[in-house]
Amino acid sequence: MDSSEVAVRFDGVSRLFGEVRAVDRVSFSVRDGEFFAMLGPSGSGKTTCLRLVAGFEHPTEGRIFLSGKDVSDVPPYERNVNTVFQDYALFPHMSVQENVEYPLMIRKLPAAERRRRAGEMLELVRLPGFGARKPAQLSGGQRQRVALARALIGQPRVLLLDEPLGALDLKLREEMQVELKAIQRQLGITFIYVTHDQGEALSMSDRVAVFNHGRVEQLGTPAEIYDHPRTAFVAGFVGISNLLPAAVAERIGAGSRSFSIRPERIRLATPAEPVAEGGCSADGTIRSVLYYGAQTRYLVGLDAGGELTVVTQNSDAGGPRAAWSAGERVRLVWSRASERPIEEGVET
Amino acid sequence: MSAAAWQAGRGDPIARLARYLHAHPRVTLALLLTPPLLWLGVIYLGSLLALLAQSFFYIDEFSGQVVRQLSLRTYAELLTEPNLLVVARTVAMAAAVTFACALIAFPIAYYMVRYASVRLKALMYLGVMVPLWSSYIVRVYSWKLILAKEGVITWLAEHLGALWLLEAILAVPVLGGPSLSFSMFGTFIVFVYIWVPFMILPIVAALERVPRSLMEASADLGAAPLATFRRVILPLAFPGVVAGSIFTFSLTLGDYIIPKVIGTSHPYIGTVVYAQQGVAGNVPLAAAFTVVPMIVMAVYLTIARRLGAFNAL
Repeated sequence: MDSSEVAVRFDGVSRLFGEVRAVDRVSFSVRDGEFFAMLGPSGSGKTTCLRLVAGFEHPTEGRIFLSGKDVSDVPPYERNVNTVFQDYALFPHMSVQENVEYPLMIRKLPAAERRRRAGEMLELVRLPGFGARKPAQLSGGQRQRVALARALIGQPRVLLLDEPLGALDLKLREEMQVELKAIQRQLGITFIYVTHDQGEALSMSDRVAVFNHGRVEQLGTPAEIYDHPRTAFVAGFVGISNLLPAAVAERIGAGSRSFSIRPERIRLATPAEPVAEGGCSADGTIRSVLYYGAQTRYLVGLDAGGELTVVTQNSDAGGPRAAWSAGERVRLVWSRASERPIEEGVET
Repeated sequence: MSAAAWQAGRGDPIARLARYLHAHPRVTLALLLTPPLLWLGVIYLGSLLALLAQSFFYIDEFSGQVVRQLSLRTYAELLTEPNLLVVARTVAMAAAVTFACALIAFPIAYYMVRYASVRLKALMYLGVMVPLWSSYIVRVYSWKLILAKEGVITWLAEHLGALWLLEAILAVPVLGGPSLSFSMFGTFIVFVYIWVPFMILPIVAALERVPRSLMEASADLGAAPLATFRRVILPLAFPGVVAGSIFTFSLTLGDYIIPKVIGTSHPYIGTVVYAQQGVAGNVPLAAAFTVVPMIVMAVYLTIARRLGAFNAL
């Protein structure tokens, strides 16, 4: 990767809070124009990484580069990055217009230009005519858009988004996902998106960094992360995952390594069904059935020990049987090719 | 509780009363609110109205008796030059004290909220509050000793070789005097000392309500610390400053002990009220004088509101 194409680079960055390593020797690069997600549970270090890019935190060890320039000790107001805060952080004493104009007002741009550009930004986030309102008079989704307009008006190289959709309800969240993605494509700037929602990370981003205990466990495209999780943590955190320990794998004749398998790769069959070439099977009893409309999720207790989750699509072409009920004996069948060996020695 | 015990419980009078009150929330509300409303209405507002009424009576010059007839004669007396001078002096003092309190309190409050550790913050709270627990009179008199010609400030100035500075300050006409304890400067210093906690606490409360993310957002959007202070922190903390200034301003307007103990013999509203209702026996004039701070405060709050001091509330 040419250094001119790198928007953000972390080089062995650690951030300690007292004895706690919030970020632990992290190195990665974000490409220019990329939609980059930082995914992880709370306390995994993803937000601290975002704050390191913004400049609210400074690294204890290592260096941070923005467009090739070392910014490790540069204060936030001298960095060409802007942030959409989780709580939006709109200035309550200013109108929407004044909020959006704020970065231009600080740069002492003439009032007419400020007004014109703020108008354009409010147009972009589909809030034209809302300029005179106060933030308190807006809904959560509208505040979110104002925060976005305010962060974009200064034309940053990199936009940082800290769980921006966390406070919105499901419907609005899905709408905003589509819109954010569209805005990112339209403006062509780098988005770094922090979230604990794996669905958001997978659906929106070009690449995902999965954080755990202050470190990046895996970095790759959404498909790589989902289909080829390298560690048990990634397999478990991204999507529903079944993890079979080595002992159980051995008992059902699936080799001697622990592996993970996605629930949609497993088929439910009657106990008499023969196993095809290159396949694997395990017998068990259905413990619970959760109906989700489009899908049904079964939890099956294996005779060999352990549990597997199976997800079936509720379509008309749904195989030999439409539904199974709790207590039934079943045979779980899958292809060996769907098994993903898990790196040993990695804690979950 | 067994079903039988529960059934029995339904019959006793307390349970029946509870059920009645539960079913009639308006009765409950009336019962709860009547005593405090009586207190507020009769004792508080009632006495205020009585005071207001007094100010419209006047004193008979020959008999010295209060004439209970509505008249503006007392107000005409209030508006004579010596009395207006008292009002002007008091308002100027209150304004100066308020301004100084705000200047001193803001950095302290800001430090408490943004930088102090939990422990240090608790200690600072104690530091602000503990003086309020000790006697006001004792503290005022101890300041008399501190400010006296033979007091610790003179001693300190001598040892620091700054006696010339102290003398220069005391040489200022009107504000100065023979020593700090007999000068308007002295009165000012003690007023500021006594009221500054009333400014710190509301500012702390206001700053506590400003989320850190707003400051970060301001920095993120390109504002250097000074710009963030001017554009975000100060406007959002200003209602706290105004709340504090209501205390410092009105407390200074009404106080009569500090100007009596410390300073020149120039009268303030408080000392005049004290003298008029006591020795002089002119209760109507005393009442008219107490109306002045109320009007001043009303004007002050109106201006503050016009300036947008409460916009961030």
